[in-house]
Amino acid sequence: MSGDAYPAAPSGIEEYQPVFTGAALEQLQEVFTRYPTKQAALLPALWMVQRARGWISDRNMAEAAEVLGLTPAYVKGVVTFYTMYHQHPVGRHFVQVCTTSPCNVCGAEAVVQALLEATGAKELGATSPDGKWTVTEVECLGACGFATPVLVDDDFLESVTPEKVPELVKRYT
Amino acid sequence: MGYPHKPHSRETVVLSKYFGEADARSYKGWVKRGGYEMLRHALSMEPAKVIDIVKESGLRGRGGAGFPTGLKWSFMPKEKKKPHYLCVNADESEPGTFKDREIMRWTPHALLEGAAIAAHAIQAEVAYIYIRGEFTEPWSVMEKALSEADAAGVFGTIKIHLHRGAGAYICGEETALMNSIEGKRGNPRIKPPFPAAAGVFGMPTTINNVETLAAVPHILKNGAAWYKGLSLASPKSTGTKLFSVCGHVQRPGNYEVTMGFPLKDLLYDLCGGMRPGHTLKACIPGGSSVPILNRDETESCLLDYEGVVEKGSMLGSGGVIVFDDSTDMVYQIMRLARFYAHESCAQCTQCREGTAWTTKILERILAGQGKTADLDLLLDLSDNMTGKTICVLSDSCAAPVVSGIKRFKQEFDDYIAGRRKPVMVA
Ligand SMILES: Cc1cc2nc3c(=O)[nH]c(=O)nc-3n(C[C@H](O)[C@H](O)[C@H](O)COP(=O)(O)O)c2cc1C
Ligand code: SF4
Ligand code: FES
Repeated sequence: MSGDAYPAAPSGIEEYQPVFTGAALEQLQEVFTRYPTKQAALLPALWMVQRARGWISDRNMAEAAEVLGLTPAYVKGVVTFYTMYHQHPVGRHFVQVCTTSPCNVCGAEAVVQALLEATGAKELGATSPDGKWTVTEVECLGACGFATPVLVDDDFLESVTPEKVPELVKRYT
Repeated sequence: MGYPHKPHSRETVVLSKYFGEADARSYKGWVKRGGYEMLRHALSMEPAKVIDIVKESGLRGRGGAGFPTGLKWSFMPKEKKKPHYLCVNADESEPGTFKDREIMRWTPHALLEGAAIAAHAIQAEVAYIYIRGEFTEPWSVMEKALSEADAAGVFGTIKIHLHRGAGAYICGEETALMNSIEGKRGNPRIKPPFPAAAGVFGMPTTINNVETLAAVPHILKNGAAWYKGLSLASPKSTGTKLFSVCGHVQRPGNYEVTMGFPLKDLLYDLCGGMRPGHTLKACIPGGSSVPILNRDETESCLLDYEGVVEKGSMLGSGGVIVFDDSTDMVYQIMRLARFYAHESCAQCTQCREGTAWTTKILERILAGQGKTADLDLLLDLSDNMTGKTICVLSDSCAAPVVSGIKRFKQEFDDYIAGRRKPVMVA
Protein backbone atom coordinates (compact mmCIF):
# COMPACT_ATOMS: atom_id res chain seq x y z
CA MET A 1 0.00 0.00 0.00
CA SER A 2 1.48 3.28 -1.08
CA GLY A 3 0.03 4.95 2.04
CA ASP A 4 2.69 3.15 4.05
CA ALA A 5 5.47 4.94 2.26
CA TYR A 6 7.16 7.93 3.78
CA PRO A 7 5.41 11.17 2.73
CA ALA A 8 6.11 13.05 -0.46
CA ALA A 9 9.32 14.81 0.54
CA PRO A 10 11.46 12.17 2.27
CA SER A 11 14.04 13.64 4.57
CA GLY A 12 17.66 13.29 3.65
CA ILE A 13 17.05 12.25 0.04
CA GLU A 14 15.86 15.65 -1.02
CA GLU A 15 18.62 17.41 -2.89
CA TYR A 16 20.54 20.06 -1.00
CA GLN A 17 20.12 23.56 -2.34
CA PRO A 18 22.16 26.49 -1.16
CA VAL A 19 20.00 29.43 -0.13
CA PHE A 20 22.34 32.37 -0.03
CA THR A 21 22.95 33.08 -3.70
CA GLY A 22 21.73 35.85 -5.99
CA ALA A 23 18.86 37.93 -4.63
CA ALA A 24 18.81 36.11 -1.29
CA LEU A 25 22.45 36.92 -0.71
CA GLU A 26 21.76 40.56 -1.51
CA GLN A 27 18.88 40.53 0.93
CA LEU A 28 21.15 39.11 3.60
CA GLN A 29 23.73 41.82 2.89
CA GLU A 30 21.01 44.36 3.59
CA VAL A 31 20.22 42.59 6.89
CA PHE A 32 23.92 42.92 7.85
CA THR A 33 23.59 46.71 7.76
CA ARG A 34 21.06 46.63 10.60
CA TYR A 35 23.43 45.24 13.21
CA PRO A 36 26.95 45.99 14.40
CA THR A 37 27.90 42.29 14.12
CA LYS A 38 27.35 39.70 11.41
CA GLN A 39 26.33 37.15 14.02
CA ALA A 40 23.22 39.18 14.80
CA ALA A 41 21.92 38.35 11.33
CA LEU A 42 21.68 34.67 12.30
CA LEU A 43 17.99 34.57 13.26
CA PRO A 44 16.94 36.51 10.14
CA ALA A 45 19.20 34.24 8.03
CA LEU A 46 17.61 31.11 9.49
CA TRP A 47 14.18 32.49 8.70
CA MET A 48 15.30 33.00 5.12
CA VAL A 49 16.45 29.39 4.92
CA GLN A 50 13.20 28.09 6.33
CA ARG A 51 11.16 30.25 3.98
CA ALA A 52 13.11 29.02 0.97
CA ARG A 53 13.24 25.34 1.84
CA GLY A 54 10.50 24.69 4.39
CA TRP A 55 13.01 23.45 6.94
CA ILE A 56 16.65 23.87 7.97
CA SER A 57 18.96 20.99 7.12
CA ASP A 58 22.41 20.41 8.58
CA ARG A 59 23.94 21.48 5.29
CA ASN A 60 21.92 24.66 5.25
CA MET A 61 23.08 25.32 8.81
CA ALA A 62 26.65 24.89 7.61
CA GLU A 63 25.95 27.26 4.73
CA ALA A 64 24.53 29.90 7.10
CA ALA A 65 27.57 29.42 9.34
CA GLU A 66 29.90 29.98 6.41
CA VAL A 67 28.15 33.16 5.27
CA LEU A 68 28.05 34.59 8.79
CA GLY A 69 31.52 33.56 9.83
CA LEU A 70 30.27 31.16 12.51
CA THR A 71 30.78 27.43 13.05
CA PRO A 72 28.13 24.86 12.06
CA ALA A 73 28.01 23.61 15.65
CA TYR A 74 27.26 27.11 16.91
CA VAL A 75 24.46 27.54 14.38
CA LYS A 76 22.98 24.19 15.33
CA GLY A 77 23.04 25.25 18.98
CA VAL A 78 20.97 28.28 18.11
CA VAL A 79 18.57 26.43 15.79
CA THR A 80 17.78 23.88 18.49
CA PHE A 81 16.98 26.60 21.04
CA TYR A 82 14.05 28.03 19.08
CA THR A 83 10.93 25.94 18.59
CA MET A 84 9.83 27.53 15.32
CA TYR A 85 12.82 26.35 13.30
CA HIS A 86 12.17 22.96 11.72
CA GLN A 87 15.12 20.60 11.82
CA HIS A 88 13.18 18.08 9.75
CA PRO A 89 10.83 18.42 6.80
CA VAL A 90 7.22 18.99 7.81
CA GLY A 91 3.94 18.80 5.93
CA ARG A 92 3.10 21.44 3.32
CA HIS A 93 0.91 23.08 5.93
CA PHE A 94 2.30 23.42 9.41
CA VAL A 95 -0.34 23.85 12.10
CA GLN A 96 0.27 25.20 15.61
CA VAL A 97 -2.54 25.05 18.15
CA CYS A 98 -2.34 26.75 21.52
CA THR A 99 -3.28 24.49 24.41
CA THR A 100 -2.03 26.55 27.37
CA SER A 101 -4.44 27.02 30.31
CA PRO A 102 -6.56 29.96 29.09
CA CYS A 103 -7.20 28.17 25.79
CA ASN A 104 -7.37 24.79 27.48
CA VAL A 105 -10.35 25.86 29.61
CA CYS A 106 -12.04 27.13 26.44
CA GLY A 107 -11.77 23.75 24.71
CA ALA A 108 -8.41 23.78 22.90
CA GLU A 109 -7.89 20.04 23.34
CA ALA A 110 -11.01 19.32 21.29
CA VAL A 111 -9.70 21.60 18.55
CA VAL A 112 -6.46 19.62 18.46
CA GLN A 113 -8.36 16.34 18.16
CA ALA A 114 -10.54 17.72 15.39
CA LEU A 115 -7.47 18.90 13.49
CA LEU A 116 -5.66 15.60 13.87
CA GLU A 117 -8.68 13.83 12.41
CA ALA A 118 -9.61 16.25 9.64
CA THR A 119 -6.04 16.50 8.35
CA GLY A 120 -5.29 12.81 8.65
CA ALA A 121 -2.11 13.65 10.58
CA LYS A 122 -3.45 11.45 13.41
CA GLU A 123 -0.56 12.04 15.80
CA LEU A 124 0.92 15.26 17.14
CA GLY A 125 4.08 16.18 15.27
CA ALA A 126 3.51 13.54 12.60
CA THR A 127 2.81 14.37 8.97
CA SER A 128 -0.33 13.17 7.20
CA PRO A 129 0.25 10.36 4.68
CA ASP A 130 -0.39 12.74 1.78
CA GLY A 131 2.42 14.98 3.01
CA LYS A 132 0.07 17.92 3.40
CA TRP A 133 -0.30 18.40 7.11
CA THR A 134 1.70 18.48 10.30
CA VAL A 135 -0.20 19.40 13.47
CA THR A 136 1.53 20.51 16.66
CA GLU A 137 0.50 21.72 20.09
CA VAL A 138 2.22 24.90 21.18
CA GLU A 139 2.25 27.12 24.24
CA CYS A 140 0.45 30.48 24.45
CA LEU A 141 0.20 32.22 21.09
CA GLY A 142 -0.53 35.61 22.63
CA ALA A 143 -4.16 35.69 21.57
CA CYS A 144 -5.82 34.08 24.61
CA GLY A 145 -8.99 36.17 24.32
CA PHE A 146 -9.62 34.58 20.93
CA ALA A 147 -9.56 30.97 22.02
CA THR A 148 -8.58 28.84 20.31
CA PRO A 149 -5.96 30.53 18.12
CA VAL A 150 -4.44 28.35 15.41
CA LEU A 151 -1.49 29.24 13.24
CA VAL A 152 -1.60 27.58 9.82
CA ASP A 153 1.71 28.42 8.15
CA ASP A 154 1.66 32.24 8.38
CA ASP A 155 -2.12 32.55 8.74
CA PHE A 156 -3.09 33.40 12.29
CA LEU A 157 -6.67 32.17 12.82
CA GLU A 158 -8.74 33.18 15.83
CA SER A 159 -11.63 31.61 17.71
CA VAL A 160 -11.32 28.20 16.09
CA THR A 161 -13.79 25.60 17.37
CA PRO A 162 -13.96 21.87 16.53
CA GLU A 163 -17.02 22.62 14.38
CA LYS A 164 -15.05 25.05 12.22
CA VAL A 165 -12.16 22.64 11.65
CA PRO A 166 -13.40 20.66 8.60
CA GLU A 167 -14.14 23.88 6.71
CA LEU A 168 -10.77 25.33 7.72
CA VAL A 169 -8.90 22.27 6.49
CA LYS A 170 -10.76 22.36 3.18
CA ARG A 171 -9.57 25.91 2.57
CA TYR A 172 -6.01 24.66 2.37
CA THR A 173 -6.51 21.75 0.02
CA MET B 1 -15.76 38.41 21.03
CA GLY B 2 -12.72 40.14 19.69
CA TYR B 3 -11.95 43.41 18.03
CA PRO B 4 -13.27 45.74 17.04
CA HIS B 5 -15.53 45.86 20.06
CA LYS B 6 -17.28 49.09 20.79
CA PRO B 7 -15.61 50.53 23.87
CA HIS B 8 -17.66 50.09 27.00
CA SER B 9 -18.79 53.39 28.54
CA ARG B 10 -16.63 52.71 31.58
CA GLU B 11 -13.46 52.26 29.58
CA THR B 12 -10.99 55.13 29.36
CA VAL B 13 -9.81 54.88 25.80
CA VAL B 14 -6.39 56.37 25.27
CA LEU B 15 -4.21 53.65 23.79
CA SER B 16 -7.15 51.79 22.32
CA LYS B 17 -8.91 54.79 20.83
CA TYR B 18 -8.23 53.74 17.25
CA PHE B 19 -8.43 49.99 17.66
CA GLY B 20 -10.57 48.67 14.85
CA GLU B 21 -9.96 51.63 12.51
CA ALA B 22 -8.03 50.25 9.58
CA ASP B 23 -7.16 53.74 8.34
CA ALA B 24 -5.18 54.51 11.51
CA ARG B 25 -2.64 51.90 10.42
CA SER B 26 -1.41 53.98 7.50
CA TYR B 27 1.09 56.78 7.90
CA LYS B 28 -1.34 59.27 6.40
CA GLY B 29 -4.18 58.10 8.58
CA TRP B 30 -2.00 58.38 11.65
CA VAL B 31 -0.83 61.89 10.82
CA LYS B 32 -4.45 62.86 10.23
CA ARG B 33 -5.12 61.78 13.80
CA GLY B 34 -2.36 64.00 15.14
CA GLY B 35 0.29 61.31 14.98
CA TYR B 36 4.02 62.13 14.99
CA GLU B 37 3.41 65.67 16.27
CA MET B 38 4.77 64.69 19.66
CA LEU B 39 7.82 63.04 18.12
CA ARG B 40 8.63 66.27 16.29
CA HIS B 41 8.10 68.14 19.53
CA ALA B 42 10.29 65.72 21.49
CA LEU B 43 13.10 65.89 18.96
CA SER B 44 13.25 69.63 19.56
CA MET B 45 13.61 69.10 23.32
CA GLU B 46 16.65 68.24 25.40
CA PRO B 47 16.62 64.47 26.10
CA ALA B 48 16.75 65.14 29.85
CA LYS B 49 13.59 67.22 29.61
CA VAL B 50 11.69 64.32 28.01
CA ILE B 51 12.88 62.02 30.78
CA ASP B 52 11.68 64.50 33.40
CA ILE B 53 8.19 64.64 31.94
CA VAL B 54 7.91 60.84 31.83
CA LYS B 55 9.25 60.63 35.39
CA GLU B 56 6.72 63.18 36.54
CA SER B 57 3.84 61.30 34.89
CA GLY B 58 4.36 58.26 37.10
CA LEU B 59 4.34 55.88 34.10
CA ARG B 60 5.49 52.41 35.10
CA GLY B 61 6.57 49.53 32.87
CA ARG B 62 3.69 47.53 31.43
CA GLY B 63 5.78 44.44 30.65
CA GLY B 64 5.32 42.89 34.05
CA ALA B 65 7.68 44.39 36.62
CA GLY B 66 6.10 47.85 36.86
CA PHE B 67 9.43 49.65 37.08
CA PRO B 68 9.15 53.48 36.79
CA THR B 69 9.89 54.27 33.15
CA GLY B 70 11.43 57.73 33.54
CA LEU B 71 13.74 56.44 36.25
CA LYS B 72 14.84 53.56 34.04
CA TRP B 73 15.66 55.99 31.22
CA SER B 74 17.66 58.16 33.61
CA PHE B 75 20.03 55.25 34.33
CA MET B 76 21.48 55.61 30.85
CA PRO B 77 24.85 57.42 30.74
CA LYS B 78 24.28 61.18 30.42
CA GLU B 79 27.50 61.68 28.64
CA LYS B 80 27.55 59.48 25.63
CA LYS B 81 30.79 57.59 25.13
CA LYS B 82 29.49 54.54 23.27
CA PRO B 83 26.51 53.74 21.05
CA HIS B 84 23.21 53.57 22.96
CA TYR B 85 20.40 51.19 22.08
CA LEU B 86 16.69 50.89 22.71
CA CYS B 87 15.08 47.45 22.70
CA VAL B 88 11.32 47.20 22.40
CA ASN B 89 9.85 44.09 23.96
CA ALA B 90 7.12 42.80 21.66
CA ASP B 91 7.68 39.17 22.58
CA GLU B 92 4.31 38.97 24.34
CA SER B 93 4.17 35.31 25.36
CA GLU B 94 2.95 35.39 28.94
CA PRO B 95 -0.18 33.22 29.06
CA GLY B 96 -3.21 35.47 29.44
CA THR B 97 -1.62 38.51 27.81
CA PHE B 98 -2.57 39.74 24.33
CA LYS B 99 -2.55 43.54 24.48
CA ASP B 100 0.72 44.34 22.68
CA ARG B 101 -0.50 42.34 19.72
CA GLU B 102 -3.55 44.61 19.53
CA ILE B 103 -1.45 47.78 19.78
CA MET B 104 0.75 46.61 16.92
CA ARG B 105 -2.14 45.39 14.77
CA TRP B 106 -4.18 48.56 15.01
CA THR B 107 -1.87 51.39 15.95
CA PRO B 108 1.60 50.44 14.72
CA HIS B 109 2.59 54.10 14.44
CA ALA B 110 1.78 54.69 18.10
CA LEU B 111 4.48 52.19 18.99
CA LEU B 112 6.93 53.59 16.42
CA GLU B 113 6.35 57.12 17.68
CA GLY B 114 6.75 56.13 21.32
CA ALA B 115 9.89 54.14 20.50
CA ALA B 116 11.45 57.04 18.61
CA ILE B 117 10.70 59.43 21.49
CA ALA B 118 12.27 56.99 23.95
CA ALA B 119 15.30 56.56 21.69
CA HIS B 120 15.76 60.32 21.64
CA ALA B 121 15.39 60.54 25.43
CA ILE B 122 18.09 57.92 26.05
CA GLN B 123 20.24 59.16 23.16
CA ALA B 124 20.02 55.92 21.21
CA GLU B 125 20.59 55.97 17.51
CA VAL B 126 19.20 52.48 16.94
CA ALA B 127 16.06 50.78 18.24
CA TYR B 128 15.22 47.11 17.76
CA ILE B 129 11.62 45.99 18.04
CA TYR B 130 11.70 42.31 18.97
CA ILE B 131 8.45 40.72 17.78
CA ARG B 132 7.70 37.09 18.63
CA GLY B 133 7.88 34.79 15.63
CA GLU B 134 4.26 33.68 15.84
CA PHE B 135 2.93 37.24 15.46
CA THR B 136 2.74 37.08 11.69
CA GLU B 137 -0.02 39.64 11.34
CA PRO B 138 1.41 42.28 13.71
CA TRP B 139 4.73 41.75 11.93
CA SER B 140 3.36 42.67 8.51
CA VAL B 141 1.43 45.62 9.91
CA MET B 142 4.54 46.91 11.69
CA GLU B 143 6.74 46.32 8.65
CA LYS B 144 4.45 48.36 6.43
CA ALA B 145 4.08 51.14 8.99
CA LEU B 146 7.83 51.32 9.50
CA SER B 147 8.58 51.57 5.81
CA GLU B 148 5.97 54.33 5.35
CA ALA B 149 7.26 56.31 8.32
CA ASP B 150 10.86 55.82 7.18
CA ALA B 151 9.97 57.07 3.73
CA ALA B 152 8.44 60.17 5.31
CA GLY B 153 11.67 60.70 7.24
CA VAL B 154 9.97 61.25 10.60
CA PHE B 155 12.60 59.55 12.71
CA GLY B 156 15.45 61.96 11.92
CA THR B 157 18.73 60.22 12.67
CA ILE B 158 17.09 57.43 14.70
CA LYS B 159 17.00 54.07 12.97
CA ILE B 160 14.31 51.54 13.90
CA HIS B 161 14.57 47.86 12.95
CA LEU B 162 12.23 44.93 13.45
CA HIS B 163 13.73 41.67 14.70
CA ARG B 164 11.74 38.45 14.52
CA GLY B 165 11.84 35.90 17.33
CA ALA B 166 11.55 32.20 16.61
CA GLY B 167 9.52 30.62 19.39
CA ALA B 168 10.79 30.93 22.96
CA TYR B 169 8.86 32.48 25.86
CA ILE B 170 12.12 33.14 27.68
CA CYS B 171 13.18 35.66 25.03
CA GLY B 172 10.72 38.06 26.68
CA GLU B 173 13.14 38.27 29.60
CA GLU B 174 15.15 41.40 28.88
CA THR B 175 18.67 40.00 28.72
CA ALA B 176 17.54 36.84 26.89
CA LEU B 177 15.96 39.14 24.33
CA MET B 178 19.26 40.94 23.90
CA ASN B 179 21.11 37.65 23.38
CA SER B 180 18.50 36.67 20.84
CA ILE B 181 19.04 39.92 18.90
CA GLU B 182 22.77 39.20 18.95
CA GLY B 183 22.14 35.88 17.18
CA LYS B 184 22.56 33.71 20.26
CA ARG B 185 20.50 31.20 22.21
CA GLY B 186 18.02 33.10 24.34
CA ASN B 187 19.59 32.48 27.72
CA PRO B 188 19.08 35.22 30.33
CA ARG B 189 22.28 36.85 31.56
CA ILE B 190 23.47 37.19 35.10
CA LYS B 191 22.89 40.73 36.41
CA PRO B 192 24.76 42.96 37.06
CA PRO B 193 25.79 44.34 34.71
CA PHE B 194 22.39 45.85 34.09
CA PRO B 195 21.35 46.79 30.55
CA ALA B 196 21.92 50.52 31.12
CA ALA B 197 25.61 49.71 31.63
CA ALA B 198 26.02 46.79 29.23
CA GLY B 199 23.01 45.62 27.28
CA VAL B 200 22.67 44.57 23.68
CA PHE B 201 26.09 44.25 21.96
CA GLY B 202 27.56 45.16 25.34
CA MET B 203 26.41 48.77 24.98
CA PRO B 204 24.19 50.91 27.21
CA THR B 205 20.63 49.78 26.51
CA THR B 206 17.11 50.50 27.69
CA ILE B 207 14.36 47.96 27.19
CA ASN B 208 10.66 48.74 27.34
CA ASN B 209 7.40 46.99 26.69
CA VAL B 210 5.17 47.92 23.74
CA GLU B 211 2.34 49.29 25.89
CA THR B 212 4.76 51.39 27.96
CA LEU B 213 6.12 53.11 24.88
CA ALA B 214 2.73 53.56 23.24
CA ALA B 215 1.69 55.66 26.26
CA VAL B 216 4.58 58.10 25.90
CA PRO B 217 3.24 60.31 23.05
CA HIS B 218 0.00 60.77 25.03
CA ILE B 219 1.95 61.89 28.06
CA LEU B 220 3.86 64.48 26.05
CA LYS B 221 0.68 65.66 24.41
CA ASN B 222 -1.58 65.99 27.44
CA GLY B 223 1.05 66.56 30.08
CA ALA B 224 2.41 64.65 33.04
CA ALA B 225 -0.24 66.09 35.36
CA TRP B 226 -3.03 64.71 33.17
CA TYR B 227 -1.50 61.25 33.23
CA LYS B 228 -0.94 61.39 36.96
CA GLY B 229 -4.55 62.36 37.40
CA LEU B 230 -5.64 59.10 35.80
CA SER B 231 -5.64 57.16 39.04
CA LEU B 232 -8.63 55.83 40.95
CA ALA B 233 -6.88 54.40 43.99
CA SER B 234 -3.15 54.36 44.72
CA PRO B 235 -1.31 57.51 43.58
CA LYS B 236 1.68 55.28 42.82
CA SER B 237 -0.22 53.75 39.90
CA THR B 238 -1.08 56.23 37.18
CA GLY B 239 -2.51 56.27 33.70
CA THR B 240 -4.64 53.79 31.84
CA LYS B 241 -3.88 50.11 31.42
CA LEU B 242 -4.99 47.59 28.85
CA PHE B 243 -6.30 44.48 30.54
CA SER B 244 -6.49 41.34 28.43
CA VAL B 245 -9.30 39.23 29.80
CA CYS B 246 -9.57 35.57 28.82
CA GLY B 247 -10.89 32.24 30.02
CA HIS B 248 -14.42 31.82 31.30
CA VAL B 249 -16.00 35.21 30.69
CA GLN B 250 -18.76 36.02 28.25
CA ARG B 251 -16.87 38.77 26.44
CA PRO B 252 -13.12 38.19 26.52
CA GLY B 253 -10.93 40.86 24.97
CA ASN B 254 -8.84 43.91 25.72
CA TYR B 255 -10.31 46.58 27.97
CA GLU B 256 -8.62 49.86 28.78
CA VAL B 257 -9.40 51.29 32.18
CA THR B 258 -7.90 53.80 34.57
CA MET B 259 -5.51 52.41 37.17
CA GLY B 260 -7.38 51.42 40.32
CA PHE B 261 -10.50 50.16 38.49
CA PRO B 262 -12.32 47.40 40.40
CA LEU B 263 -11.55 43.93 39.01
CA LYS B 264 -15.09 42.86 39.86
CA ASP B 265 -16.56 45.51 37.57
CA LEU B 266 -14.14 44.60 34.80
CA LEU B 267 -15.29 40.98 34.94
CA TYR B 268 -19.02 41.34 35.56
CA ASP B 269 -19.79 44.64 33.87
CA LEU B 270 -17.36 45.11 31.00
CA CYS B 271 -16.83 41.42 30.23
CA GLY B 272 -20.42 40.36 30.84
CA GLY B 273 -19.66 38.00 33.74
CA MET B 274 -19.48 34.23 33.69
CA ARG B 275 -21.32 31.93 31.31
CA PRO B 276 -24.95 31.36 32.28
CA GLY B 277 -25.25 28.93 35.16
CA HIS B 278 -21.67 29.36 36.28
CA THR B 279 -19.97 31.27 39.07
CA LEU B 280 -16.45 32.61 39.44
CA LYS B 281 -13.98 30.29 41.09
CA ALA B 282 -10.54 31.81 40.64
CA CYS B 283 -8.66 34.48 38.76
CA ILE B 284 -5.04 35.10 37.80
CA PRO B 285 -4.90 38.89 37.53
CA GLY B 286 -1.53 39.59 35.90
CA GLY B 287 -0.52 36.87 33.49
CA SER B 288 0.26 33.26 34.40
CA SER B 289 3.36 34.18 36.43
CA VAL B 290 1.49 35.70 39.36
CA PRO B 291 -0.35 34.03 42.25
CA ILE B 292 -3.94 32.82 41.78
CA LEU B 293 -6.70 34.66 43.64
CA ASN B 294 -9.87 33.07 44.94
CA ARG B 295 -13.33 34.48 44.37
CA ASP B 296 -13.44 36.78 47.40
CA GLU B 297 -10.01 38.19 46.71
CA THR B 298 -10.90 38.73 43.07
CA GLU B 299 -14.17 40.48 43.78
CA SER B 300 -12.58 42.89 46.23
CA CYS B 301 -9.44 43.62 44.19
CA LEU B 302 -8.54 47.01 42.76
CA LEU B 303 -6.54 46.92 39.56
CA ASP B 304 -3.37 48.80 40.23
CA TYR B 305 0.13 47.74 41.28
CA GLU B 306 -0.59 48.21 44.98
CA GLY B 307 -4.18 46.96 44.95
CA VAL B 308 -3.35 43.56 43.50
CA VAL B 309 -0.39 43.09 45.84
CA GLU B 310 -2.72 43.78 48.75
CA LYS B 311 -4.77 40.72 47.71
CA GLY B 312 -1.68 38.53 47.50
CA SER B 313 -0.89 38.66 43.81
CA MET B 314 0.63 41.07 41.27
CA LEU B 315 -0.58 43.26 38.43
CA GLY B 316 2.12 41.83 36.14
CA SER B 317 1.33 42.28 32.48
CA GLY B 318 -2.40 42.79 33.02
CA GLY B 319 -3.40 39.43 31.58
CA VAL B 320 -6.53 38.46 33.50
CA ILE B 321 -7.29 34.73 33.36
CA VAL B 322 -10.72 33.76 34.63
CA PHE B 323 -11.75 30.32 35.87
CA ASP B 324 -15.37 29.47 36.66
CA ASP B 325 -16.76 26.72 38.89
CA SER B 326 -16.34 24.09 36.17
CA THR B 327 -12.55 24.35 36.39
CA ASP B 328 -10.32 21.57 37.65
CA MET B 329 -7.75 23.74 39.42
CA VAL B 330 -5.25 20.90 39.84
CA TYR B 331 -5.31 20.23 36.11
CA GLN B 332 -4.90 23.89 35.19
CA ILE B 333 -2.03 24.35 37.63
CA MET B 334 -0.36 21.29 36.11
CA ARG B 335 -0.90 22.82 32.67
CA LEU B 336 0.79 26.04 33.79
CA ALA B 337 3.68 24.14 35.37
CA ARG B 338 4.08 22.25 32.10
CA PHE B 339 4.29 25.60 30.31
CA TYR B 340 7.21 26.66 32.49
CA ALA B 341 8.90 23.27 32.18
CA HIS B 342 8.66 23.60 28.41
CA GLU B 343 9.94 27.17 28.42
CA SER B 344 12.78 26.88 30.96
CA CYS B 345 16.07 27.68 29.26
CA ALA B 346 17.64 25.04 31.52
CA GLN B 347 20.64 27.09 32.68
CA CYS B 348 19.77 26.90 36.38
CA THR B 349 19.38 23.58 38.14
CA GLN B 350 16.55 24.75 40.39
CA CYS B 351 14.54 25.83 37.37
CA ARG B 352 15.38 23.00 34.98
CA GLU B 353 14.75 20.27 37.55
CA GLY B 354 12.14 22.14 39.55
CA THR B 355 9.78 22.92 36.69
CA ALA B 356 10.06 19.37 35.36
CA TRP B 357 9.50 17.71 38.72
CA THR B 358 6.66 20.01 39.65
CA THR B 359 4.92 18.99 36.43
CA LYS B 360 5.59 15.29 37.01
CA ILE B 361 4.27 15.35 40.55
CA LEU B 362 1.13 17.21 39.49
CA GLU B 363 0.60 14.72 36.68
CA ARG B 364 1.01 11.90 39.17
CA ILE B 365 -1.63 13.45 41.43
CA LEU B 366 -3.99 13.83 38.47
CA ALA B 367 -3.41 10.18 37.59
CA GLY B 368 -4.64 9.15 41.03
CA GLN B 369 -1.19 8.16 42.22
CA GLY B 370 -0.46 11.12 44.43
CA LYS B 371 0.68 10.72 48.02
CA THR B 372 -0.15 12.91 50.98
CA ALA B 373 3.50 13.94 51.16
CA ASP B 374 3.36 15.25 47.59
CA LEU B 375 1.91 18.58 48.57
CA ASP B 376 4.76 19.25 50.97
CA LEU B 377 7.16 18.10 48.32
CA LEU B 378 5.64 20.55 45.83
CA LEU B 379 5.90 23.39 48.34
CA ASP B 380 9.46 22.47 49.16
CA LEU B 381 10.38 22.39 45.47
CA SER B 382 8.69 25.75 44.98
CA ASP B 383 10.66 27.18 47.86
CA ASN B 384 13.88 26.07 46.20
CA MET B 385 12.74 27.57 42.92
CA THR B 386 12.03 31.03 44.33
CA GLY B 387 14.64 33.78 44.45
CA LYS B 388 17.52 31.48 43.60
CA THR B 389 17.93 31.59 39.86
CA ILE B 390 19.28 33.84 37.09
CA CYS B 391 15.83 35.02 36.04
CA VAL B 392 12.37 34.78 37.57
CA LEU B 393 10.90 32.14 35.24
CA SER B 394 11.55 29.66 37.99
CA ASP B 395 9.69 31.80 40.55
CA SER B 396 6.87 32.17 38.04
CA CYS B 397 6.32 28.42 37.99
CA ALA B 398 6.18 28.32 41.77
CA ALA B 399 3.61 31.15 41.98
CA PRO B 400 0.53 29.27 40.71
CA VAL B 401 1.58 26.11 42.55
CA VAL B 402 2.02 27.69 45.97
CA SER B 403 -1.02 29.96 45.69
CA GLY B 404 -3.08 27.13 44.21
CA ILE B 405 -2.29 24.71 47.01
CA LYS B 406 -3.01 27.41 49.56
CA ARG B 407 -6.39 28.35 48.16
CA PHE B 408 -7.64 25.12 46.58
CA LYS B 409 -6.05 22.45 48.76
CA GLN B 410 -9.31 20.50 48.93
CA GLU B 411 -9.10 19.75 45.21
CA PHE B 412 -5.58 18.33 45.57
CA ASP B 413 -6.65 16.29 48.60
CA ASP B 414 -9.60 14.87 46.68
CA TYR B 415 -7.33 13.45 43.99
CA ILE B 416 -4.84 12.13 46.52
CA ALA B 417 -7.52 10.48 48.69
CA GLY B 418 -9.17 8.90 45.66
CA ARG B 419 -12.41 10.87 46.07
CA ARG B 420 -11.97 12.25 42.59
CA LYS B 421 -11.64 10.21 39.41
CA PRO B 422 -8.17 10.40 37.85
CA VAL B 423 -8.11 12.47 34.67
CA MET B 424 -4.67 11.47 33.46
CA VAL B 425 -2.89 8.19 32.88
CA ALA B 426 0.38 7.74 34.67
C1 LIG C 1 10.45 34.90 31.81
C2 LIG C 1 10.12 36.32 31.51
C3 LIG C 1 9.36 36.64 30.40
C4 LIG C 1 9.05 37.96 30.09
N1 LIG C 1 8.30 38.22 28.99
C5 LIG C 1 8.02 39.52 28.67
C6 LIG C 1 7.28 39.82 27.49
O1 LIG C 1 6.87 38.93 26.74
N2 LIG C 1 7.04 41.12 27.21
C7 LIG C 1 7.50 42.14 28.02
O2 LIG C 1 7.27 43.30 27.71
N3 LIG C 1 8.18 41.87 29.14
C8 LIG C 1 8.46 40.59 29.47
N4 LIG C 1 9.21 40.34 30.61
C9 LIG C 1 9.70 41.49 31.40
C10 LIG C 1 10.99 42.04 30.80
O3 LIG C 1 12.08 41.32 31.34
C11 LIG C 1 11.21 43.52 31.12
O4 LIG C 1 11.02 43.70 32.49
C12 LIG C 1 10.27 44.45 30.40
O5 LIG C 1 10.28 44.22 29.03
C13 LIG C 1 10.68 45.88 30.67
O6 LIG C 1 9.82 46.81 30.05
P1 LIG C 1 8.90 47.77 30.89
O7 LIG C 1 9.74 48.41 31.96
O8 LIG C 1 8.41 48.76 29.90
O9 LIG C 1 7.81 46.94 31.46
C14 LIG C 1 9.52 39.00 30.93
C15 LIG C 1 10.27 38.68 32.05
C16 LIG C 1 10.57 37.36 32.34
C17 LIG C 1 11.40 37.07 33.55
S1 SF4 D 1 15.49 30.62 35.93
FE1 SF4 D 1 15.04 29.12 34.36
S2 SF4 D 1 14.61 30.30 32.51
FE2 SF4 D 1 15.62 31.71 33.97
S3 SF4 D 1 17.80 31.58 33.45
FE3 SF4 D 1 17.44 30.03 35.03
S4 SF4 D 1 16.98 28.13 33.88
FE4 SF4 D 1 16.79 29.84 32.46
S1 FES E 1 -3.17 30.68 26.20
FE1 FES E 1 -3.75 30.26 24.18
S2 FES E 1 -3.15 32.04 23.15
FE2 FES E 1 -2.55 32.46 25.17
